[in-house]
Amino acid sequence: MTRPTPETLANSARRARTVTEPSGDADHTSAPRSGAVPAAQAVRQPASAQVSGAGSLVRSLEALDVDVVFGIPGGAILPAYDPLYDSTVRHILVRHEQGAGHAATGYAQATGRVGVCIATSGPGATNLVTPIADAYMDSVPIVAITGQVARPSIGTDAFQEADIQGITLPITKHNFLVQTPEEIPRVLAEAFHLASTGRPGPVLVDIPKDVLQASTTFSWPPTLDLPGYRPTLHPHGKQIREAARLMAAARRPVLYVGGGVLKAGATEGLRRLAELTNIPVVTTLMALGAFPDSHRQHLGMPGMHGTVAAVYGLQKADLIVALGARFDDRVTGQLDSFAPDATVVHADIDPAEIGKNRHADVPIVGDARHVIDELVTAVTTEQKAGQRADLADWWTQLDDLRERYPLGYEEPSDGTLSPQYVIKRLGEIAGPDAIYVAGVGQHQMWASQFISYEKPGTWLNSGGLGTMGYAVPAAMGAKVGRPDAVVWAVDGDGCFQMTNQELATCALENIPVKIAVINNGNLGMVRQWQTLFYGERYSNTELGTHKHRIPDFLKLAEALGCVGLRCENADDVDKTIEAAMAINDAPVVVDFVVGKDAMVWPMVAAGTSNDEIMFARGVRPAFDEDEV
Amino acid sequence: MTMHTLSVLVENKPGVLARVSGLFSRRGFNIDSLAVGETENPDVSRITIVVNAESSPLEQVTKQLNKLVNVLKIVELDPQVSVARELLLVKVRADRNSRGQVLETVNLFRARVIDVAPDTLTIEATGTPDKLDAMLRDLEPFGIKEMVQSGTVAIGRGSRSITAGPALRAA
Repeated sequence: MTRPTPETLANSARRARTVTEPSGDADHTSAPRSGAVPAAQAVRQPASAQVSGAGSLVRSLEALDVDVVFGIPGGAILPAYDPLYDSTVRHILVRHEQGAGHAATGYAQATGRVGVCIATSGPGATNLVTPIADAYMDSVPIVAITGQVARPSIGTDAFQEADIQGITLPITKHNFLVQTPEEIPRVLAEAFHLASTGRPGPVLVDIPKDVLQASTTFSWPPTLDLPGYRPTLHPHGKQIREAARLMAAARRPVLYVGGGVLKAGATEGLRRLAELTNIPVVTTLMALGAFPDSHRQHLGMPGMHGTVAAVYGLQKADLIVALGARFDDRVTGQLDSFAPDATVVHADIDPAEIGKNRHADVPIVGDARHVIDELVTAVTTEQKAGQRADLADWWTQLDDLRERYPLGYEEPSDGTLSPQYVIKRLGEIAGPDAIYVAGVGQHQMWASQFISYEKPGTWLNSGGLGTMGYAVPAAMGAKVGRPDAVVWAVDGDGCFQMTNQELATCALENIPVKIAVINNGNLGMVRQWQTLFYGERYSNTELGTHKHRIPDFLKLAEALGCVGLRCENADDVDKTIEAAMAINDAPVVVDFVVGKDAMVWPMVAAGTSNDEIMFARGVRPAFDEDEV
Repeated sequence: MTMHTLSVLVENKPGVLARVSGLFSRRGFNIDSLAVGETENPDVSRITIVVNAESSPLEQVTKQLNKLVNVLKIVELDPQVSVARELLLVKVRADRNSRGQVLETVNLFRARVIDVAPDTLTIEATGTPDKLDAMLRDLEPFGIKEMVQSGTVAIGRGSRSITAGPALRAA
């Protein structure tokens, strides 16, 4: 067992103070969404000062209340690292820029604040492409700062030159190539404003080296110049009243809740709205924790691996009220046959989402918090006028489905450890206050199914892009943002091998995350598809982590300065998890060696209708058509 | 599929055209014609895009365009209440024998000769795409050596202006 040296721990402890330093966290989380100019937070800064462009960059980050950035220095960004050395901003030196990007995402998802990552030009910048695309798909507010070759060298194929602005055009909410040192404070303020307001998303700021080196005047606050950017926050009253009227008249309504509800901080309002109307709730993969899993009205997650009740609920609904959700193909299945009888109320802050995949009968553009609050008021008015839906029959049907088709799994017949059991026990032991961060694949789906999410901000994953390798660096970012929370990454052996080098960062920087590697020796989800759709021809899915124990995750963990634990049978699961929970001064990796044949159920096969949902292999739920 | 003419007002900044055209190409739309130029406000450029598309996917592209931070305003111009023009420069074979006939066509379409060589005439014409097509059909028998065409520019009829608006004044 290898532990960090006392020096590194002392060093980390010293740095840790700066993490918790800004006291205005609670205010800050809500501030960006209000559309307030971030400048307001920076009154302690002097009005102006003579600095380098790099100094201006770091002063801007301080003025924007950035407490931590994740990055790696290199040639073009090097000037920025000099003033960073003396800054109150904590820089966490990662091992790969992808780790910096996902860490910024994890930080942002766990705290609601803007995550920041820094990389140099060329390969440093292109290594950020995956996490930027990931943040774009999941609408996560991050700002990526990249060095660029000096202005006279741009376009000459200079050493480490890449057109990162061009490369990231389709995967950023906006991006900037800074042209002069004077504009640095304004561009940074605009980047943070854009990233955190409206529909959040990644913003990239590319700064040429000579701009960082040039002398300039730093003055704060800058004036934002974004004439074309006016997100609509407040919904149209007429649409809200129409939605409320439909909700009062529907016989089979469902609240279809997406990640926008979490981002808007609208979970309290959602609970009020749900309880007021008694309408069943489904929460998408991006919205787990927005509505307590244990709540009586929660049907679970819809979609490809959703619960039978949630999939059926949407499919048979006569009214779908979509709140901050985007009718993703993993939710709708074959679009033509999705919820054929449903009238759709679609509320989203992004007008381009409304009607994109499914026609919206009542389109509502607005921030989910405002939309939900106004719906609560409008529904209350309807109810006072005696308009209230009778949902008794609907609930009878749904309750019956929940009872007949609960989430479950079979113990493997070959006596191997069941991955679902491991994840279920992890959730029960670590509890609803822990933060769970999943990679992508079977373990992600099981973590979404068998852990009970009761609170917002406790479930982080890569939903839209499906980025394998997301979990370890995102967990690192989450732990930095919320050092008091227990952070468990639930990762697969495939995913883990993509980004586990960030555990070295965690060990040295005193970021004690816990990693549960659900090690089935295979690229499990791909293998599941090969089992079901490719005649059990297992082409290139066997990873050798079982057969050859390469790598040996225990030794790997120890080599990376973490505590390594291994668990191979059900009897040891609890005590292994408890042992991991007891270690708080180092990262822990637990190698859960599980069976390779477990599958994720229920399942709607890709491209098929949600009507074709399979409860287990060869088992289709019996939907009595007369019931509807 | 029908032709749609979009007037897109954008901030006059580097890279904006790439953002706009990128959105079209990513969604598989073929831009029929594109014209960019400054407006009465030097901070604002106007992009006129003619695209052949179904209405519903076009609506999605328009919404995505609206999300671009540098895009200030988008208006689809109704052909009934707008005026659209293209500019055409064409080099036509015209020797001593055919020159008179070519000039007759030029006058017929109210075009102008802007360059003369012993065996060619270079003609400038403006008009609707239909009119320019008709002129080219007439000139074709003489032999078209080279031609270049601008994108369509279009503007609404009447006294209303699409550039009048608080956001645009702020720009």
